[in-house]
Order: sequence, then C-alpha cells, then structure tokens
Amino acid sequence: MKTRIYSVLVENRSGVLCKVAGLFSRRCFNIDSLAVGETDDPAVSCMTIVSSGDERTIEQIEKQLNKKVDVIKVKTFAEQQCITRELMLIKIKYNKNNRREIMELCEIMKAQIVDMSKHFMMIQICDEPERIQLLIKMLQTISIVEVARTGTLALSKCGENDEH
Amino acid sequence: MTGADAIIKCLEAEGVTTVFGYPGVAICPFYNSILDSDIRTILIRTEQNAAHAASGVSRITGRPGVCAVTSGPGATNVITGIATAFADSIPLICITGQVNSELLGSDVFQEADITGAVESFVKYSYLVKNVNDIPRVFKEAFHIANTGRRGPVLIDVPIDIQNAAISKFKYPETVSMRTYKPTVKGNAVQIKKVVKELEKAKRPIICAGGGVLLSGAEDDLRRFAERHNIPVVSTMMGIGVMPTDHPLYFRMVGNNGKAYANRAINESDLLIMVGARVADRAVNQPDMITRNKVLVHIDVDPAEIGKNAGPTIPLVGDAKHIFEDLENEEFTCHCEEWLNTLNGYRRTMATKRNPNPAYVDPAAFIMRLTEKMQEDAVYVADVGQNQIWSCGYVKVRKGKFFTTGGMGTMGYSIPAAMGVKVAVPDRQVVAVCGDGSFQMSMMELATMCQHNIPVKIVVLKNNYLGMVRQYQHFTYQDHYSVVDLSGSPDLEKLSAAYGIPFLRLENMEKCDETIDAFLKEDTSMLLECIIDPMDLV
Repeated sequence: MKTRIYSVLVENRSGVLCKVAGLFSRRCFNIDSLAVGETDDPAVSCMTIVSSGDERTIEQIEKQLNKKVDVIKVKTFAEQQCITRELMLIKIKYNKNNRREIMELCEIMKAQIVDMSKHFMMIQICDEPERIQLLIKMLQTISIVEVARTGTLALSKCGENDEH
Repeated sequence: MTGADAIIKCLEAEGVTTVFGYPGVAICPFYNSILDSDIRTILIRTEQNAAHAASGVSRITGRPGVCAVTSGPGATNVITGIATAFADSIPLICITGQVNSELLGSDVFQEADITGAVESFVKYSYLVKNVNDIPRVFKEAFHIANTGRRGPVLIDVPIDIQNAAISKFKYPETVSMRTYKPTVKGNAVQIKKVVKELEKAKRPIICAGGGVLLSGAEDDLRRFAERHNIPVVSTMMGIGVMPTDHPLYFRMVGNNGKAYANRAINESDLLIMVGARVADRAVNQPDMITRNKVLVHIDVDPAEIGKNAGPTIPLVGDAKHIFEDLENEEFTCHCEEWLNTLNGYRRTMATKRNPNPAYVDPAAFIMRLTEKMQEDAVYVADVGQNQIWSCGYVKVRKGKFFTTGGMGTMGYSIPAAMGVKVAVPDRQVVAVCGDGSFQMSMMELATMCQHNIPVKIVVLKNNYLGMVRQYQHFTYQDHYSVVDLSGSPDLEKLSAAYGIPFLRLENMEKCDETIDAFLKEDTSMLLECIIDPMDLV
C-alpha cells in the first residue's frame, strides 16, 4: 500500500464533486481525505484527494480521473514531493486544573486558541496531517467535544523551473 | 424558435434521420417540434429498447443513434439500454424530458434525477438549464459520444427550457473543450517497438476486440495480417473483424470461445490485443497472457491498458490510425510454421457436438442460416445459449455480427436489429434469440408492424433459460431453480396476432427449405426452431 496525493483541476460546475467522488466509490478506490476549493480562476476548482493502494490501483486512479470529461488536469504526488497542510478546529472542555497544560500544548504545537467560554475553548491548528493527528492524540486525554478538519491540501514543492 | 425547435435543428445538423422513443408530457415540446422535420420518429414499446434500437443504428452507421424519452419512469427505463451501450462502447445520444426547471429537486410528478442516476453508465451527461446552451451542448454531446472511446451521452432538458425562446440559433462548427482531447494517433516510438517485437516473434497473434469495429479498422487489420501472415483471433465484440472463413482467422477466444483460439493465445510469444478490454470472459486469467510472452495492448482508452493485465508495450490510440501507421512499416514475419501448428489445432480441436436428431441442432442451423443469408447481411445475436452458439457457428462474410458482449442484456437483439434495419433498409437483418430473450422484447413486434421494419426473427426455443439451466446443471447438479419457461405463448398464434408470417422448424430434416422460405422475401418473419431443452453450448 502506497499513499498518493492527487491534485485534480476540474471545471467548477455543479455535480463535478459528485462525479469524482462517485468514481472512487464505484471502482472501490479509497478516499483518505478530500478537500475542494476554487483556484485563482473561478471557473476552475482544485480537488486534493489523498488515496492509497497498490501500484496498479494508484495508476488506475490517475487514468480514471483523466477520463472524466470535467477533469482538466491530474497531478499525482508522493507525500514527500509536496507541501501538505490541513486545518483543524477542535473544541474541548477544560477546567482550572488543565488550563495551563492546554495553553502549553498549544504553544508547543503552534496552535491557537480562537474562542473560549467558561468551560469550553476552541483551538485552531494548521499543519501537516501527522501533526494534526498528534494534537488530537494529546487532547484526547483532556476532553474533546467536537472536531472539524478540512482534509489535506497539497502543492508540489517549488522547483527551479516550475511550470506546473 | 423554441428550445425544442433548436434541438431538432441540432439533430438535423448532425445528420440524424431517425429518433426512437416514447413520449410523455415532459418531452412533448420536442415531439411537437419534430413533426416539422424530416426526421423519422419511431414509437418503441418500452424505453429500454429505444436505446437498444439507437445502438443498432450507431453500430451499422458509425454515427450516434438517438433516442428521446420522457422524464421520471421514461428516463429510468432507458438506463439499462444506456448501460448496455456504455459497456459495449457504443455511441448514443439519449434525450430525456425533465420537469420544469423551477421544480427540480422538489420530487414532483415524474421527476427523477436522471443525470445523477446514469452517472456511472454514461460517458457524459448534461442537464440543460439555459435554452441558449442547447446548440453547444448538442455539438459537444455528439463529439464526446463518437470520439475517443465511444459511449452514450445523456441530455436532460426540462420542459420549460424546451418551451423557452432561444435568442439566436447557430450550430457551432467546432467544439472547444479544454478538458476533452482523446489521443487517437499512436506514439511513433511505441509503434517502432511493436515492429521490433514483430520481427523477433516466432508465434505472433492479434486478438481483435470491438474497438477495431468501432474505429472502422477491419480492412486495415485484415490487410496487415495478410501482408505479414499473422493469425487473428477475436473477442465476442470483435466477431466480424475478419470474414469467419478467412484462413488467418481462428475465431473467438474466451471461456465460451474455441479451444484452438485459446490455445493459440496461450502458445503465442507475441500477443497484440487491440480494442479489447481483457475482461474476464475473454481472458480468464489476465496474468496468464503476460507470462512467457510479449503483450502489446492497443486501445484508445488509456485506462484500459494495464487495468487487467500489465502490457510489455502499451500503445494508446485509435486502431485505424495505428494500423495505418503500421502499414507503412517495412518488416518481415516468419510465421509459416506457427500457422501450420494453428491449422493443426483447428482441425483436431474443433468442438464435437452430439446433436439429438429429434430436434434442431442450433450449431448446424446457424451455419446453414448464415451461409444462406445475403453476403452483406447483419446478424444480431441476443444473450444466452443462443449467443454462444451464434458466436461459435456464425459465418460472417461482408456483413456484420452484433451482440452485447460487454453487458449481456437479454432482449437486445430485436430492438437492435430494428435500429439496423431502419438505418440500412436494403440489407437483410436477422435477429437470433432464445425464448427467454424473445419474451423480453416481444412487445416490439408491434413497432415492427406499425413502422414497417422488416426484421427477421429466429427464436431458438427450448422452454428454458438455457444458459442458467446449463450453469445449474454443472454447478448445482441439475438442481434447477427458476429457469423453466412454462407458460410462454404459442408463437404461431402470437405472430398471427401481429400479422407476422410464421415458420416452425422441428428438426433438421427440412432445415434448408425452411431457411430458404424464411429468407426469401424482405418481410418480417418469425422462425421458431425447437431445440433440445437439455442441449449445452
């Protein structure tokens, strides 16, 4: 099993997300994460899909994506070939005794406290998926109320002659 | 000009001459406008068959066949026909009426999310929300359906869009889509590699699939094979790529194919698969065809290459372009010994049947029938035992052999044959089905009568769903479940009810004269052949 990141430029039209996601489920390809947003061109969306499989599956995913009429371009990366980021908002329940500890943890993890009330606080982190996972793990010992994550975003690392 | 008028103008611009369909309120503006056109309309008796009939048109003309049905149940009924065309890579344009665009999503009467429902069975689909998009959408749809790997395209048009006034109608001359540019020309480096392998090979073989027929490369392939003396086998969808009696043709491969064809593939040292998917029925163990041999896989769809078997040389492109390029290559093959071996296999490994003389032997019957059919006749086989016998014993000369090898949809032959006959009325068209598949499409006898479509129908009758019965015979030791077709109608009376002439053949005694009578005139006719219920393919 290998992990691959597919950066898929698609026509920004209704139904395209459904077509691409449907392709994965129909052909039994995994979706480990999926993030979608407009690019600098409002007519084009970028879908970042993290998937995994054997060599043949990885190749088929790219070929099948390319077959979709709404797909403009597919780029496939191994994780080390690109910069990845994910955004997470996480709401936790805190008390007087662990407040200090949480703030220290946020400092170590470069996370921010973006909202709080008497018993709850919301933390924001933007980092690599593994670091996000690590923060969740650390906070699990406290009391997680809810979590929202964006899914992985990725762009290939800057090269000398980057023409994407 | 309304949206509906514009749709008709688009179809005319694409050279469409016939639309198969079934009206309902949501497609009524379309069927109203079509009255002012020379396009022929044919009222099919169930929507699935509208797509099959369009498939027939498309396969004989090489241009997308068109069907038009209403929203809701009309649209959902057509899905099996669309899925069949998709599995067989047949270009179709399917127009569906839709409820008023302002009501979309509110579950009103006869609303179905058809573009959502067919997503995995179409090459592309459109839901038209602006009447002014109609010319572009139709231009693109025909282009997408009939280029690259062909397939069905669905266009869903809400009734208010059909009724809306279009500001300016101009049918685009070209298509500009940044996302869709199929590769048709083969890579020159890869072609050189193929030539190099051909020069080295001692036992080369070409396995031709339906893609060769779709790209119209039959003659190019045949010339190539003849020039270099390379033997050819085919998949089910590739039958007809060479005349079946051609000395270089070793018939169909696969679990229902000829043993000598499979042996030829297994013993080859260079296998050129062209326009074939390497799916389970043709190639039971895909890794076998990569062992001990060089596999060249030619296909217009890059995703087919390496999907089921990893080729040594992948070659993306349209079969016709590639054989044209290969024709310009100078090289020599030394296959005489290999051909002698294969001809030996053909003689010694032919299937030996032991027919019951009390019944019609379907194998002998199909051979006689196709010998007596016109040279350029079209034979449409249905699905089931009849299909396998057809594939095994049909003789194709300059004609065509059509069947659904990809989806295997019962009931395909009669509507598809109707589509063929409508498109090429001067040619003889024969549909061959079993009594199970016949009953899946027998409502179309009315369509044949109403629109005077003189298709000839053979029903191989054994009172069983024979293919499944055979499976239960081998797999469950004759523990038959739900395969008995008792209760089927008397076909003689049924034919009489439609005013269609009827013939019955009960054994092989009067085979020749019955076939002669069946084929004599260009009229519809139903020939019932009584076959042994226990016969096996």
